[in-house]
Amino acid sequence: MTTGVYRLSPMRRNEELAGWLFASPWILGFLLFTAGPMLISAGFAFAEYNLLQPAQWVGTANIEKALSGDPLVWQSLKVTTIYAFVSVPLQIVFGLIIALLLNTNIRGLQYYRTIYYLPSVLSGVAVALLWRWIYAPNYGLINALLAGFGIQGPGWLSDARWALPSLIGMSLWHVGGGIVIYLAGLQGVPTEIYEAAEVDGAGWLTRFWNVTIPLITPVLFYQLIIGIITALQVFTQALIMTNGGPHDSTLFFVLYLYRNAFQFFKMGYASVLAWILFFYILLLTLLVYRSSSVWVFYSGEVKRS
Amino acid sequence: MSLETQVQRPSQLAAHHRRGSYRLRKTLGKIIIHAVLITGAVFLMVPLLWMFSTSLKSLGTVMVIPPEWIPEEPLWSNYAEIFQVVPFGLYIRNTAFVTLADVVGKIISCSLVAFAFARLRWRGRDTLFIIMLATMMLPTQVTLVPQFIIYRYLGWIDTYFPLILPNWFGGPFLTFLLRQFFMSIPLELDDAARIDGATIFGIYWRIILPLSKPGLAAVGIFTFNASWNDFFAPLIYLHSRERYTLSLGLRSFQDQNYTEWHLLMAASLVAMVPVLLIFFFAQKYFIQGIVFTGIKG
Repeated sequence: MTTGVYRLSPMRRNEELAGWLFASPWILGFLLFTAGPMLISAGFAFAEYNLLQPAQWVGTANIEKALSGDPLVWQSLKVTTIYAFVSVPLQIVFGLIIALLLNTNIRGLQYYRTIYYLPSVLSGVAVALLWRWIYAPNYGLINALLAGFGIQGPGWLSDARWALPSLIGMSLWHVGGGIVIYLAGLQGVPTEIYEAAEVDGAGWLTRFWNVTIPLITPVLFYQLIIGIITALQVFTQALIMTNGGPHDSTLFFVLYLYRNAFQFFKMGYASVLAWILFFYILLLTLLVYRSSSVWVFYSGEVKRS
Repeated sequence: MSLETQVQRPSQLAAHHRRGSYRLRKTLGKIIIHAVLITGAVFLMVPLLWMFSTSLKSLGTVMVIPPEWIPEEPLWSNYAEIFQVVPFGLYIRNTAFVTLADVVGKIISCSLVAFAFARLRWRGRDTLFIIMLATMMLPTQVTLVPQFIIYRYLGWIDTYFPLILPNWFGGPFLTFLLRQFFMSIPLELDDAARIDGATIFGIYWRIILPLSKPGLAAVGIFTFNASWNDFFAPLIYLHSRERYTLSLGLRSFQDQNYTEWHLLMAASLVAMVPVLLIFFFAQKYFIQGIVFTGIKG
């Protein structure tokens, strides 16, 4: 920036100080709620602490157990990964299709947008209860409708084969948040480009693949990263709707972490799990980021490797 | 269409014919698009209608197949009953208190920090900004255990401090949103105010804040939603029933009356009402906010 090694005028010195003062809430918060706890958490990874007895140094025992001696770690990673890898692409594809349909000069755009967006602002326990009722075995919405066709639906949340797909299906209810973003991205595509492509004889499909998609890849990239991070931290649905069951088929990683910390009071082990989650998110984010040089297109910018 | 020609030569008659079928195809296309969009909209709205419909039924009519969408005798008394079965009014008051404290804290702290990042020049600013962005990637679980232990050490378990306090120290997502907002205000305004003798705080208070009301509204709304629906923090930190928030109240209500779907749906709907109201009255701030940063509501 403009600051170099030169004497600052009184006004600039004033601004220097003000900068730190205005930013101090976040700086303090970062030290107190993020950096400090992270250091402590790293320490706890090597200790056992159940809140009652003093913490005991156990070396790498927690880490060894998490990586090799605990099948539930792998089960919960598997469940969480399947959820993220299926629900996030589905949300992006559906969201994009709807956004494309809405971007066709269609009448009633704002009404559609309101309806599609509405569910995505709802969350938490109330939503989890609503969906438990929709998936309820006998009189829930889906099985009641299926019964109308003479079909006996499964116990969606109580059948180990259906529980995870049911939670993935539920996640599609929140597709609207992405739609608003894609729509903004689509409307940012200059119409001249489409006109030029049309003059060059590009058909509807060509324009879509060679103009629309490349120009909104930055938005898709952002949504993919945020979507993965959010999906890996699913908790409320898992606790309220299935409590991890049946047979650990919906044992999401954060639910397992919660159990270790606040039901088994294994604070050290829970810290290790939190770090595993951290590195897993980092790994997936880096993979997406590395892949982005192949598929994300920034207009007017030279691609960086 | 601007390309349409006015003069028609005989050789163009065939083309004209094709254009007619082109227009027909276009109308047909629009109809199909509407059909797809309406189908999708119905799928998204049915859960809420189903919820509302269930909330007006009796235990008996809940178990009728095929389900009645419009109950013959709507039982509005279900909504009164939930307030008698559980101290729902108390839960609402508790949640409103925590939510309000969170919203005020978030608006004040995020706007101060965003001002520093967007409008002031100081050494370390860009480094700190990158650190702040990096913390967005950090799962909150990494700091969860130490935070819990610290709060426990301070004797703050079963109080609202652990729920409210972190909201008074900024927060990367909403600070970023406000920074983007502040950046869009012309810098000349600051310079002009400075020449007129305004202090830096004066610029923040009299120029930037009044011009950023939509951004502040977006921050307030997102915080409101997050706090109102928060489940994890109350679950960990609150133990006494009289301090429960709505999320915890709903959960314990479920544990006790897990088959009384009409009451559960009435209670869930009541819990959603504030968010729904804000959505309908302030939709443009939601949309502005998420367009600015890509955060989902």
